[in-house]
Amino acid sequence: MTLLAAAVEQPSCYSRTVNDWWCGAYLRDYRTELVDATVQHLLITVSAIGLGLALAFPLALMARRRPRLETGIVGFSTGLYTVPSLALFPLLVPFTGISATTVVIGLALYALTILVRSILDGLRSVPEEVRESARGLGYSRSSQLLRIELPLALPVFMAGLRVATVSTVALTTVGALVANGGLGNLIAEGVLTNFKAELLAACVLCVLIALLLDVLLVAAQRLVTPWTRTQVSR
Amino acid sequence: MRIFGDVWDFLSTGANWSGRGGILDYLVQQLLLTGTALLLAVLVGLPLALWLGHVGRGGFLAINISNVGRAIPTFALLALLVTADWPGVATFGPFGRAGIATLIALTLFALPPIITNSYVAVREVAGEVKEAARGMGMTGWQQFRRVELPLALPLVAGGVRLALVQVWATATIAALVAGPGLGRIITDGFANSNYGKGIAGAVVVAVVAMVLEVLAALAQRAVDPVPRAADPRTDDVPLRDALPTTT
Repeated sequence: MTLLAAAVEQPSCYSRTVNDWWCGAYLRDYRTELVDATVQHLLITVSAIGLGLALAFPLALMARRRPRLETGIVGFSTGLYTVPSLALFPLLVPFTGISATTVVIGLALYALTILVRSILDGLRSVPEEVRESARGLGYSRSSQLLRIELPLALPVFMAGLRVATVSTVALTTVGALVANGGLGNLIAEGVLTNFKAELLAACVLCVLIALLLDVLLVAAQRLVTPWTRTQVSR
Repeated sequence: MRIFGDVWDFLSTGANWSGRGGILDYLVQQLLLTGTALLLAVLVGLPLALWLGHVGRGGFLAINISNVGRAIPTFALLALLVTADWPGVATFGPFGRAGIATLIALTLFALPPIITNSYVAVREVAGEVKEAARGMGMTGWQQFRRVELPLALPLVAGGVRLALVQVWATATIAALVAGPGLGRIITDGFANSNYGKGIAGAVVVAVVAMVLEVLAALAQRAVDPVPRAADPRTDDVPLRDALPTTT
């Protein structure tokens, strides 16, 4: 009798026969595991976006100077984007091994595609009159770029950064292939062991991270582009 | 780098290409999955989005469905479908293990680029052109069929092209949940520390992806009623609609 009672008291999601999708006991008992996976997920995403940004700016500025280079860079990065993530990570393994570096570099390459295009489109969205006035006011080429064109390119660029960030959060899960997928590791484990509570918790956390980072970026955009808000009241 | 030798050995061994579980077997399976899912998504999404664009309603939904699609990891959705009681991992005809789950996931992820691009394409046909059509006495249907649709076609085709790339990528990821397709060669290789095999599978997947993309780009150019110069900046669709979704 006591054995039976113990079995009944056990949280329903740990039982093979019940296997609930949602269960508070799992979230409590495996808190450290969930937190670790979430932290790894965030670290991979942020490093990938950071690396992507560090590469995208010089590439975009170079591409703007030379149109032929732009065709090459945009063409190459678009071609790269057609390679599925599950194929891109293995192609990097000979160089970076089974490590988080492989995932970060792969994701940075995807982010790069979106970022280069949105920087170029942002710079192209600056009105010609504004450029001319800046020149007329005696701005040098570099200060015109830094103080006039880049700030005005921000709204278009930030839209691209949001797309890149949200995509990267989702793609990080595929890193589970090389055992470095943040919450993707938990998803893979959940499928393998048919543990529904772990699977759903990881999926929900993943979407929440994407939403959270998106909201943060929208807030950051409002802070750095105060002039876009006054335009509405015209 | 011995690993490149392993990759070459795997790819140059005829036995790895033929037979059950060979590269060609999986390749046919994945092409079949990709084609079916794309067809389903076009049948469902295209009429809906074109109609919404024509009457100018549902714009919020049509634009934002792409943003939602990007935030949901393909891997997560596949995992949920496969683990659920239905559709689960049941084999489905020529589509293989977890065939139904994979088809559902592929179709769902093909819808956002098709819907967003088609909606925007019809919406953004110049107002003067639509007015002229109305002025000539065209009915709503004639206006759509003879004016809006031909002008919107390149952008609509652009959406289908993005969907194709997306579906191919998602079909590859299906292997992470032990589903069908070429990704199996990658996941099998990695699961057994046979990295040569895993990387060889990745090479095949990447090459086919690029071939599909080139074919789709040619098809997109063919349906353009106003042929343009081969400058990627002018024949590409505007940034917001052209940004690829998650792969």
